[in-house]
Amino acid sequence: MRDFTYARAASVEDARRLAQQSGAMLLAGGTTLLDLAKCGVARPDHVVDITHLKGLDAIEVTREGAHLGALAKMSHVADDKAIRAEFPAVSEALWQAASAQLRNMATIGGNLMQRTRCAYFRDPNSFAACNKRQPGSGCAARGGITRNHAVLGTSSSCIATNPGDLAVALVAFDAIVHLGDRKVPVDDFFLLPGATPDREQAIEPGEVITAVSIPASAAARRSTYLKVRDRQSYEFAAASAAVGLDLEADGRTIRDIRVALGGVATKPWRAHAVEKALKGKTLEPETVMRASLLAMEGAIAQGDNHYKIDLAPRVIARAILKVGGLA
Amino acid sequence: MTPVAAKMKRGDSTDGGAASALGSRLSRIDGPAKIKGQARYGLEHHPANMAYAVIVQSTIPSGHIRAIDSKPAEAAPGVLLVITPDNVMPLKPITTWTGAPSSDKPYLALTREINFTGQHVAAVIAETFEQASEAAGLLRIDYEEKESIPSYDDPKSGAGNPLDAMAVAWGDAGRAFAEAPVRIEQTYRTPREYNVPIEPHGLVAEWQGDMLTVWEPSQWVNFMIHNYAEWYGLPDEKVRLISPYVGGGFGSKAFALGHGAIATMAAKMLNRPVKLAVTRPQTFTAFGGRPATRQTLSLGATKEGNLLSIVQKGANETSVDGVWVEPLASVTALMYATPNLSARQNIVPVNTVTPCALRAPGENPSAWGIECAIDELSYEVGIDPVAIRLLNYAEEDPHAKKPWSTRRLREAYEEGAKAFGWAKRNPKPRSMRDGHHLIGWGVAAGTYPVRRTAGEALVRIFADGRAEVASSGIDMGQGTYTILAQTAAEAIGMPVEQIEVKLGDSALPGAPVAGGSQLANLMTGAVHKAATAARDELIGLAINDPKSPFRELQANTLSIADGVISPPRGGESMSIAELLRRLGRDKIEVQRDTLPENANSAADKLATYNTITRMRSPTDGDYSLHAWCVHFIEVRVDEDFGTVRVSRVVSALDSGRLYNPKLAESQWKGGIIMGIGQALLEEGLVDPRQGRVINNNLGDYLIATNADIPDIEVISVGVPDFHASALGGKAVGELGIVGVAPAIANAVYHATGKRIRELPITLEKLLGD
Ligand SMILES: Cc1cc2nc3c(=O)[nH]c(=O)nc-3n(C[C@H](O)[C@H](O)[C@H](O)COP(=O)(O)OP(=O)(O)OC[C@H]3O[C@@H](n4cnc5c(N)ncnc54)[C@H](O)[C@@H]3O)c2cc1C
Ligand code: SF4
Repeated sequence: MRDFTYARAASVEDARRLAQQSGAMLLAGGTTLLDLAKCGVARPDHVVDITHLKGLDAIEVTREGAHLGALAKMSHVADDKAIRAEFPAVSEALWQAASAQLRNMATIGGNLMQRTRCAYFRDPNSFAACNKRQPGSGCAARGGITRNHAVLGTSSSCIATNPGDLAVALVAFDAIVHLGDRKVPVDDFFLLPGATPDREQAIEPGEVITAVSIPASAAARRSTYLKVRDRQSYEFAAASAAVGLDLEADGRTIRDIRVALGGVATKPWRAHAVEKALKGKTLEPETVMRASLLAMEGAIAQGDNHYKIDLAPRVIARAILKVGGLA
Repeated sequence: MTPVAAKMKRGDSTDGGAASALGSRLSRIDGPAKIKGQARYGLEHHPANMAYAVIVQSTIPSGHIRAIDSKPAEAAPGVLLVITPDNVMPLKPITTWTGAPSSDKPYLALTREINFTGQHVAAVIAETFEQASEAAGLLRIDYEEKESIPSYDDPKSGAGNPLDAMAVAWGDAGRAFAEAPVRIEQTYRTPREYNVPIEPHGLVAEWQGDMLTVWEPSQWVNFMIHNYAEWYGLPDEKVRLISPYVGGGFGSKAFALGHGAIATMAAKMLNRPVKLAVTRPQTFTAFGGRPATRQTLSLGATKEGNLLSIVQKGANETSVDGVWVEPLASVTALMYATPNLSARQNIVPVNTVTPCALRAPGENPSAWGIECAIDELSYEVGIDPVAIRLLNYAEEDPHAKKPWSTRRLREAYEEGAKAFGWAKRNPKPRSMRDGHHLIGWGVAAGTYPVRRTAGEALVRIFADGRAEVASSGIDMGQGTYTILAQTAAEAIGMPVEQIEVKLGDSALPGAPVAGGSQLANLMTGAVHKAATAARDELIGLAINDPKSPFRELQANTLSIADGVISPPRGGESMSIAELLRRLGRDKIEVQRDTLPENANSAADKLATYNTITRMRSPTDGDYSLHAWCVHFIEVRVDEDFGTVRVSRVVSALDSGRLYNPKLAESQWKGGIIMGIGQALLEEGLVDPRQGRVINNNLGDYLIATNADIPDIEVISVGVPDFHASALGGKAVGELGIVGVAPAIANAVYHATGKRIRELPITLEKLLGD
């Protein structure tokens, strides 16, 4: 049996120190870590339990924005009154993620660190080739079943989708990941696979996510998260969109708009082109639909996932029109 | 209550309410134990000194194991034994469930020859589950891979093997189709689907000398002990299988399987109890689910919509080393009156585990085809989908040419349509919408045969006023405990709370398979017979025994109600308990079976309980016996996203008499829910190169969640059918799922104008134009 050490960190400092050991992994809600350990993907030598650390589960909303402690539970954040009022897209993204049982266990920090659901990544016994698991080993997904693989941000080494919902909303509203004192914009926190698909987040060994902050904005206040999937609950997105909208006093001219996509890209995907095309324009269905198509520039289908290229712009358009009161 | 009076019951509120035991809506009596965690399932047994076995499965679809190096695994901490094809214990061949010998060669649970990905190739047994799991990863298996046939869509698979013996034909279907004024021809497909019961498979096996005890969930205790006994060359009495609770099976828990052979031989080799839990991913290939099916249906009709011909050409996948037939004509040749019909089917060997039974094998995909096709025909000729079904209503069994015993299908259409509001339907596709949702209404019928096998039951009435019913028949959640308590309570005249039911233990009187939706009917019959005999014996004693206070009354009979015996014309009553005490008896014990009187020897019983050879076909006798249903379903399809949501279900079902309407409704609804998952979500995704089911877990193999299920209204339109069963019931458990998927596909067509002929109806199939 493969042994590992288990230690309860006494403080964040202590957690950092313990996490620097080679083969160390932090344990928060455990819903990703235990799952991957059972598949044989995660094989930690040291498990550093941070679940009991004090002061890391705060949920604070002020005029400047929201501060979510890394150990805040998904369900608590989803149900927080101020979050629901000021960041509806964040609350909705969490509500539609995973299952009630998972949301009650899982933490915000852990959520950002979840891995892809690529079936080939998750089955090392059957598929040796996976660049994300074993750099240089190849990619078993290509030529296999790719219905849920990415169409955006792929590289020749990896086409796996980032499956998270929360991160999509965070990317839309320029959230910041706090690694103690080091602060990283969430869009930079998630990495494109490029030639190093094994590295998914800009986090170094020994670093601990302590919090996520989201600046307040009018667009965040008027926002939504739309997740489309075959099953109504407990399924990852076929395509999803986090959208925020700020209109001029006339109620129809777009002052600010935020659009991010989930379920279609190798990282939570900010759709700047769509935002640019709509800023200053009048909110009306035709314009929105046309602009939404821009999100798919550069998209490459991988066999079974071609439908995502058709679907994603429709999801964006619907979400925009919904927050705009037109759908 | 006399048996004659019992026969007047319909099984609903007209029976006279809660006071009557049989036909009342009693909640499951095993429910509290399950909710409190007191119900112990097979894998929850922990005999002292138990070791843990973990299975290793092949990672190639076809080929040969050149060598297995098990040394690193054997050297790992805690490892007690590694079983590979090189040291697997050869077991004796068995008699299969069809009564035929499996082979004349020994049975090898592990072989070097590989026929499918996920085939068991080794097992590691260690002191702990974790040690065994870790060591399982250390086996070095050197494969020599051969070309494989991943599916029947691969050209290499060819057309497969025709099943000439199963062909059905009357009239000249080919010619009638060619000459028909209206013709439609389409192909309908279903993917590989899996049983995924929440309780996974596995067992705890323990040998004491040459006596084997197995704790294992089972839908067929007698067949499984016989199977284990034959493997080890033992008489059946030397094997005991204990399965009081089963967490769902849906057809997958009727047989002793490879993992059962491995666990029992490991326990023998180590002389220690061994537990083997098949992991969820392994369950996808440790036994087969429903095979992929395809069928091309050609319907010829008059311009008025009268069927002239049905031609069906079907195929299902099977394995390269086993045979599974998914009978695709079972509904096609039964549902409608047609002067000409031809149905032929091939089975196509591919590199997969041998498929097996999954709720309504045959009827389910068969109805998928014909019930979609008849809908297409209704649009072709411009007739309402319900009207065209009534127009072609089969007044008798069109295949067997026998009258139906009961067929309340017309009533099902009527009552279902009324409750659903079908009359308001505008037949035009895309004629109803609500915002972005296109709304569609669809209908489809279903049927399931009444299968009949004899059974046996032991009834004891004790001096403390309790009674006991015992059988090896099982309860997998469908309510056997409850309805047998109700049956005995009614037959004896006792409060149902006083009846204890013991099930799922091979030490108890035998029973055939809990499959084919037959168990409730056959076991209520056997229990009613035994309990009535026990009551007669009690009354006989009360009248005749010198110590009985009733003796002086010189009555011909006495009545028993609520556990109290009363004389016919007034006089003192007395409880059963009091009487038995006065008589000095500690119990009355009666065992009865329902085998034919001229064929109830010990050998007959074995054949009845250990094989399906004594199961009577639905058309054996003067009548054709079937249960029927109609589903009316509303869907909402998002016009931009292609997502389908079922928003309303009204189903009218004819299962004859219901012994407990609450439980029957739960079974119907469970079938409908499974049907919704089948229609919209379920599909084994098989890697085209490596043959692995890549969504082999409950996160990725999608079954319906609560959020996918609307309120479901079920309406019983049945009447007691005493040709079908002793107490008047017909099939319940598998009926509900039949016809759900086509009703949904038909509703999707009505909503969108698109025909989806390949399950499941996922969003990308509706996205394009
Ligand atoms: C079946 C299933 C379905 C799911 N469906 C969805 C879904 O629909 N949408 C969705 O968004 N998510 C989904 N998830 C993912 C789920 O949200 C994540 O598993 C969860 O958020 C992880 O949080 P955790 O606290 O349990 O993390 P853990 O499992 O404890 O940790 C996960 C990883 O993060 C690291 N980590 C944890 N905390 C920190 C920290 N503070 N700093 C640095 N590293 C840290 C750990 O070392 C580990 O590598 C699903 C998961 C499962 C198993
Ligand atoms: S897509 Fe990425 S994660 Fe999946 S197998 Fe290829 S390299 Fe691995």
